[in-house]
Amino acid sequence: MKQAINAALHAAIQQRILLIDGAMGTMIQRYQLTEADYRGETFKNHTHDLKGNNDILSITKPEIIAAIHREYLEAGADIIETNTFSGTVIAQADYQLESAVDEINYQSALIAKREATAFTAKDPNKPRFVAGAIGPTNRTLSLSPDVNNPGYRAVTFDQVMQAYYQQTAALVKGGVDIILIETIFDTLNAKAAIFAVKQFFKDSGKELPIMISGTITDASGRTLSGQTLEAFYISIEHAKPFSVGINCALGAAEMRTHIEELNQIAACYISCYPNAGLPNAFGGYDETPESMCSIIDEWAEKGWVNIVGGCCGTTPDHIRHMAAHMKNYAPRPLPVIETV
Amino acid sequence: MNTIHPYLRLSGLEPLVVRPESNFVNVGERTNVTGSKQFARLIKENKFDEALVVALQQVENGAQIIDVNMDEGMIDSEAAMTKFINLIASEPNICKVPIMIDSSKWSVIEAGLKCIQGKAIVNSISMKEGEEKFIEQAEKCLMYGAAVVVMAFDEQGQADTIQRKVEICERAYKLLTTKVGFAPQDIIFDPNIFAVATGIEEHNNYAVDFIEATRIIKQKMPLVKVSGGVSNISFSFRGNDVVREAMHSVFLYYAIQAGMDMGIVNAGMIQVYDEIDKTLLELVEDVLLNRRADSTERLVTYAETIKSKGKVLVKDETWRQGTVEARLSHALVNGIIEYIDVDTEEARLKYGRPLHVIEGPLMSGMSVVGDLFGSGKMFLPQVVKSARVMKKAVAYLTPFIEEEKNSKQFSEESSAVKKILLATVKGDVHDIGKNIVGVVLGCNGYEIIDMGVMVPADKILQKAKEEQVDIIGLSGLITPSLDEMVHVAKEMDRQGFKIPLLIGGATTSRMHTAVKIAPGYQHDVVHVLDASKSVQVVGTLLSEDMRTTYSADVKKEYEDLRQSFANRKTEKDFLSIAEARKNKFQIDWSNYSVTPPKSTGARFFNNIKIKDIVPLIDWTPFFQAWEFKGKFPEIMEHPEWGDVAKGLYKDAIKLLETIVEQDWLGAKASFGFYKAYSEGDDVVVYDPEQRKEVRLNFLRQQSSKAAGQANMCLADFIAPKESGITDYIGAFAVTTGIRLDERVAIMQERLDDYQAIMIKALADRLAEALTEYVHMRVRQNYWGYAPNEQFLVEDLIHEKYQGIRPAPGYPACPDHTEKLKLFSLVDPDCKTTIQLTESLAMHPAASVCGWFFAHPEAKYFGVGKVYKDQVVDYASRKGISLEEAEKWLRPNLSYDL
Repeated sequence: MKQAINAALHAAIQQRILLIDGAMGTMIQRYQLTEADYRGETFKNHTHDLKGNNDILSITKPEIIAAIHREYLEAGADIIETNTFSGTVIAQADYQLESAVDEINYQSALIAKREATAFTAKDPNKPRFVAGAIGPTNRTLSLSPDVNNPGYRAVTFDQVMQAYYQQTAALVKGGVDIILIETIFDTLNAKAAIFAVKQFFKDSGKELPIMISGTITDASGRTLSGQTLEAFYISIEHAKPFSVGINCALGAAEMRTHIEELNQIAACYISCYPNAGLPNAFGGYDETPESMCSIIDEWAEKGWVNIVGGCCGTTPDHIRHMAAHMKNYAPRPLPVIETV
Repeated sequence: MNTIHPYLRLSGLEPLVVRPESNFVNVGERTNVTGSKQFARLIKENKFDEALVVALQQVENGAQIIDVNMDEGMIDSEAAMTKFINLIASEPNICKVPIMIDSSKWSVIEAGLKCIQGKAIVNSISMKEGEEKFIEQAEKCLMYGAAVVVMAFDEQGQADTIQRKVEICERAYKLLTTKVGFAPQDIIFDPNIFAVATGIEEHNNYAVDFIEATRIIKQKMPLVKVSGGVSNISFSFRGNDVVREAMHSVFLYYAIQAGMDMGIVNAGMIQVYDEIDKTLLELVEDVLLNRRADSTERLVTYAETIKSKGKVLVKDETWRQGTVEARLSHALVNGIIEYIDVDTEEARLKYGRPLHVIEGPLMSGMSVVGDLFGSGKMFLPQVVKSARVMKKAVAYLTPFIEEEKNSKQFSEESSAVKKILLATVKGDVHDIGKNIVGVVLGCNGYEIIDMGVMVPADKILQKAKEEQVDIIGLSGLITPSLDEMVHVAKEMDRQGFKIPLLIGGATTSRMHTAVKIAPGYQHDVVHVLDASKSVQVVGTLLSEDMRTTYSADVKKEYEDLRQSFANRKTEKDFLSIAEARKNKFQIDWSNYSVTPPKSTGARFFNNIKIKDIVPLIDWTPFFQAWEFKGKFPEIMEHPEWGDVAKGLYKDAIKLLETIVEQDWLGAKASFGFYKAYSEGDDVVVYDPEQRKEVRLNFLRQQSSKAAGQANMCLADFIAPKESGITDYIGAFAVTTGIRLDERVAIMQERLDDYQAIMIKALADRLAEALTEYVHMRVRQNYWGYAPNEQFLVEDLIHEKYQGIRPAPGYPACPDHTEKLKLFSLVDPDCKTTIQLTESLAMHPAASVCGWFFAHPEAKYFGVGKVYKDQVVDYASRKGISLEEAEKWLRPNLSYDL
């Protein structure tokens, strides 16, 4: 079963540019959920506020998460991400919900897989895939939160690694097809995730494709932890990723040079899912599907990308537009890997 | 199609790709406790700051990788490795290069790997404990993503001959590439460099063995790299740097030719090959290449004759020649702590008071840092480093500040360390940016109380009181946090806080802070763009000398911002309503003949095509809606914002086309004409359908006018009752907003505010255009008082036609409640599908209603401010209470309630 899906994924990515879905948070905002909605029945007596903990909605409002997945699948997404961006004991500690982590990931994977399978059944020529989303957590392994003690770290590699291991195990149990390590601010966190995922693969005997997506935070062209794009790529190459790419923080226009560079250096497939532009003065995102597509069109035309989609502020409409546009372009062929 | 070459790729903050054409890669060796007594001492004495300087010097001297080794009996190697590597991570000028973790203990290597974000090199693993252990460690290296140095060492021991070196390396290669899955280019062999010229004959060929083994290894396994600890070779000449440096250069000269790619060297201890004294060169070559039996003896003899001259490290120190201000700025920008005490002292003497040094040259230096950061020329780790230099300077000055206080010379200054409370507001969990601000401020000598994320307002304020903090900083990344910040600000005000409130985070803005947050709190509220700016802002706000001015500047700036949101006029010199009425607008009714409308009563259009009214759009207000000044189409040629305006216009046209094609908006219009006469400031209208009179109440201008100018009231344009003339007034209500809400909702749900605003702005313009269309048809046909008028669109827009159509709620008749009467006349059954909300806004918003006045002298004006006497009179005319009248006329009242 898994092998068949894996083969389908490899076949699909060679044929065409694949679409990954758009923002989950942006879509959840539309529902204007209240604290009570977030808590649901399960956590109605929880000791900590849960509003804003989007991952918990996979347990308390699964129908909303499923509906959002469906919207993206209808828009043409080939790959949908599980609602598990903060599904680690480290991130959930903010909500005192460490104990719910297994369930968050398991349920999120189940929901996404169910929707994807339904769409695949409707049109077997367009198989849909579920990427288990692994976010950056809210702690950094390379930066000290205390300048008087720059050698200090708020968390250890082992803690982060174990948190990711737990998340990976639950995602795989729920049936994800791909592991997606994304929105990487600090490469060392990502390396802990890679370690955890590889360790889980070893322990379980299951192996899934790994997608890796870093975040270039600003005009410096570096990650938050200070690496250039190439340094970042070199640092995660050992994951032997299915794809590498960038997402979040920037809009498509600002990502262009980075995607161009990635095209030169990446031995694997390339993904890119930008924000809908840079945030405006009131925190919203303004970039229209049309203008975003016009930028991404150029990359596709130049043969730089294999997987495109959207991050913050993007919607099914953006994905629908991209899906329509990407049909016109061939995917980036894998580079020749010299071995001698 | 690209080609990816099989090169060794390493990274720190920046990549290091070892290509065939690359020069020899220098690995810095001074951060090695086994090789440097000085470094060992620093680590043992826990002087990690100075140990970092050693690492920095290595990089500045050209090391492309730095080797870190903590293997020493008296050192807790794992702890020291962790601490040192973590410290290096905060020094961008060091950690830009890859790190080589050097230890003979696997646990120490692993401790190091857990702290490195880049692709490091493990130095080293070997088969000395057998294949199983070797494979296990190699697999771990692969999981951590590190390249690996493999020592030519097996169960039998270290390889010393060419044959053993090659054999062991080949065996390791096979295991790594077939069993472990290592890429060949990630394997670096160290075929063991041993000391020569030791006096032991068996050692004489060690250099040659290494060089030749290297040659064979590179032939057999072309993608691997060869490395070695170069200074081992000259171990016999410790203390004689001239000889050692020459030996290193000569050894490398030959080894590199044979294929050696990298080596652990003291980059400052290599002589340039061509500059080696010819005699010395020959003697060294004899030793290394094992060319003569007595070569060792000859070199030793020669070595005794040359006096070893300790070399001084040469760095680019030209910046030291600048002024003290320039030097401080340089040190801050480049994060150099070496001279900061000296320079700070110099500045202290120059500026007289320690605080003035902080507020003067140090703050200006940080401001340069902030600007560079803002423009993408510096990145965060560098900024954090600059902040640390700042902290050192402040620390240097602190005792002097204390001294000043003790001497009571400047006793007005408070003594405590300033405290800053930081929190991510309720409902938001993003805190990376806030943490960075904490770091940067912390190193500027402030005590940071970080309350973490999702902190409710009451907790923040309670803590602020308990800790008596000097500043509160709020952060948020998601949009709803903005409202929570407004809430916190209001709470601060309510609870009587006086300390400054700082606002930061990706979603915040100066505009929002000025418009929404600052008005809620009467003391300082400042939007802080980024971490580097925070230092400047906090420093200024906490400086007795500068706060007042700064605070006033910010208040002014924010006030200006608010002004651009809401422009309010103030008028003076009012006439009493009685006097104003005496100065009414005079029309000579005796010479006027009324054109009766073709019919009276209400009628409507409901089959309007948007396409037909598009040409009547007046674009200038559209641009005003987007806060552009200027007229259309000239605005699109404006030197500064012409291009932006063009883009906006293009987008608008595109959306209009979609609106027309997709039938996104529906339009309807309703209008009617009624017999009317004026009575004072009222107009009495006869409604034929309800067979009753409706009294319209208008307001009159009360400001004192120049000679020859009237105090206008709309009633002046309708023939007075006493004239005996049968006059008429028209009324209309149109909308182009049918289905607008649905469309806006869809756009807003997509968070596409741009389109949502755009479609609303366009619908507004269309409603005006439809009004223009209806008005035109009214003049030409339905009322028909100007059947032969012919105007271009521009003429219509410039209102060159006869008659006006003022709207209730707008300047000529500002009372919205008059719409109730208008609608009862024109649209009693809501034919135009416009609803009036409880506050009498029209829904959909893209609607216009108003009165038609046909008199050729009728013109637009603004009523402006009204005095209480008129409001009292108006209330009684309208039959409502004074309070009710004041409520609706609030924006026009000349007095405070």
